[in-house]
Amino acid sequence: MWNAIQAIRRRLTTQVGRKAVIGIPYGWLLIFFLVPFLIVLKISFSNVVLAMPPVEPILTWGRDQVLQIRVNLSNYTFVFGDRLYVAAFVNSLRVAAVSTLLALLIGYPMAYGIARAQGAWRNILFLLVSLPFFTSFLLRVYAWIGLLGRGGPVNAILMHLGLIQEPIQLLQTDFAVYLGMVYSYLPFMVLPLYSAIEKLDLTLLEAAADLGCRPSKAFFAVTLPLTREGILAGCLLVFIPAVGEYVIPALLGGPDTLMIGRVVWDEFFANRDWPVASALAIVLLLILSVFVLLLQKVQAGEEEPS
Amino acid sequence: MTQQMTETKPSHSEMPYVRIDHVTKRFGSFEAVNQVSLDIEKGEIFCLLGGSGCGKTTLLRMLAGFEEPTEGAIYIDGVDVTSVPPYERPVNMMFQSYALFPHMTVAQNVAFGLRQDGVSKSDALLKVREMLAMVQLEGYESRKPHQLSGGQRQRVALARALVKRPKLLLLDEPLGALDKKLRERTQFELVNLQEKLGVTFVIVTHDQEEAMTLASRLGVMQSGKILQVGSPTDIYEFPNSRYVADFIGSVNLFDGQLTVDEPDHCLIHCEALGLEVHIDHGVSSAPDALVTVALRPEKIRLSREQPAQVENCVQGWVTGVAYLGDSTRFLIQLDNGTQVQVTRPNIDRHDEHLAADERVWAFWEGNSPVVVAR
Repeated sequence: MWNAIQAIRRRLTTQVGRKAVIGIPYGWLLIFFLVPFLIVLKISFSNVVLAMPPVEPILTWGRDQVLQIRVNLSNYTFVFGDRLYVAAFVNSLRVAAVSTLLALLIGYPMAYGIARAQGAWRNILFLLVSLPFFTSFLLRVYAWIGLLGRGGPVNAILMHLGLIQEPIQLLQTDFAVYLGMVYSYLPFMVLPLYSAIEKLDLTLLEAAADLGCRPSKAFFAVTLPLTREGILAGCLLVFIPAVGEYVIPALLGGPDTLMIGRVVWDEFFANRDWPVASALAIVLLLILSVFVLLLQKVQAGEEEPS
Repeated sequence: MTQQMTETKPSHSEMPYVRIDHVTKRFGSFEAVNQVSLDIEKGEIFCLLGGSGCGKTTLLRMLAGFEEPTEGAIYIDGVDVTSVPPYERPVNMMFQSYALFPHMTVAQNVAFGLRQDGVSKSDALLKVREMLAMVQLEGYESRKPHQLSGGQRQRVALARALVKRPKLLLLDEPLGALDKKLRERTQFELVNLQEKLGVTFVIVTHDQEEAMTLASRLGVMQSGKILQVGSPTDIYEFPNSRYVADFIGSVNLFDGQLTVDEPDHCLIHCEALGLEVHIDHGVSSAPDALVTVALRPEKIRLSREQPAQVENCVQGWVTGVAYLGDSTRFLIQLDNGTQVQVTRPNIDRHDEHLAADERVWAFWEGNSPVVVAR
């Protein structure tokens, strides 16, 4: 009898608990992500007016108690029709893709080293990776301005080594943007890679060696495919924010570094064209969603081979 | 190290198939394997048996090439492989966890080793098919490991390790993860397969039943040393030490002192039994030597009436009865408090079994006990 009551209680608490555990974060996302998204979506269908806020409401009450809904699609046609915006999108995707690839190439050996390090060392290395989070992101990007400037230490060292005769332009170049991107997003690449590599059963590598596979080959035959989920997660965590990145191209990039984050900023604050800025944001979101869905499909397809 | 090995390479041609020559392995200050020498013949099933931490797995890993001996040398088929990396050894291993590649199908797993050797895809496929048929897994080629049962995974692991026809197959607790019924079936299949392919097997296990049924010879290990090497019968019936007697099977151990030691019999005074144990052979030991008498429970008989024999007879109370189906285990408490384990086979269904609190005689033959050093 007592056991039955206990079982029911356990069942109830686990059910309620499970719902709460899932429900609370979803509720949070619903309120603080979905609602703002809907507001942005609404603005993207609106017109510019000289008012506060500088957009025309979509829903209006007409004279005879008629609810009028005006959906203005011209912002979207404008966005797709303008070469500047298309170029900004393409450029952002390219910069993000290259940065992601660089972060992966640098991050994988790092994560591998941490995952294979001995006990205490592993903790220290792990802490070092997360150390940048202790300082503001903005400050860290600003620091690069000082480092890369004409009178900065990077130029000084290069001149001291005799590699260059006079200071070279490092700031406001694509190089500086890539540097800033890789630097800022590297931890987001390393952490999921670390957990994937750390989970890898080392006996599998022994099995590969036992069957005649050299370590270098075993990396590609066993380690890489079995850490694929970490690679995908790391790439998404770097790629998605990198596409919409505003601060790094604004501070380190040159005037011709065209990235969608800056364009959205300019539309909002310089042109006060909220509807076009919102339309740009929605298009960006759609592009990224397509990427995520494609990746998920690839992943699901590999998991269940027919 | 290489220098030393070329020097110690034996010149005589009668080299056993596998020779482990004074091998020691240290991890820091811990000696996992201590001066082990062992010869294994071609086509044998050799079993390394011992409790956890006895060094058996380290020895196996040195045969596979995952660990390099700190001292000593290992020869396989006359070739010094002491420092040869695992991927260049003619040795394959079946891992305790099976270590199947989870991202590959059964066929890809089995073909992996062949593909490393540059066997073409079509040839590899033929060999994989043949091997899978041998382990009764036809039609499972395109399954992934996670879609298989434990027994099926074990067969895939076996097929993968055997498909390259290694000179030596190492098996780390091969039946450890299977349930009892499956183990019994697999044991015999494993032996059949070994006979069919003629591959030399080295098995590591902590399970004495597994060792006894599989092995043609076995070596009992403790604290990095091999205590005894012999056939299962040798090890069971003639253990050379107290540890081996106690480790393999159940045993009653009685400490005693040698009082008479003639070529045709000896007497050992055992305080615990309250009698002089009569053994019908001499032990040629020092007089008054302190020894242990090891007596297997199934070698002791029980009777309600006093037996005809005078020697090796004790009386006590039945204090415990455990019916195991094929046999019954009795716990007998002698009048001086000593507990004696006795196992009797249940031959006759309608036997009137002894019950607890009955008064019984326990007796044994003069050739039943084994005398080992204390």
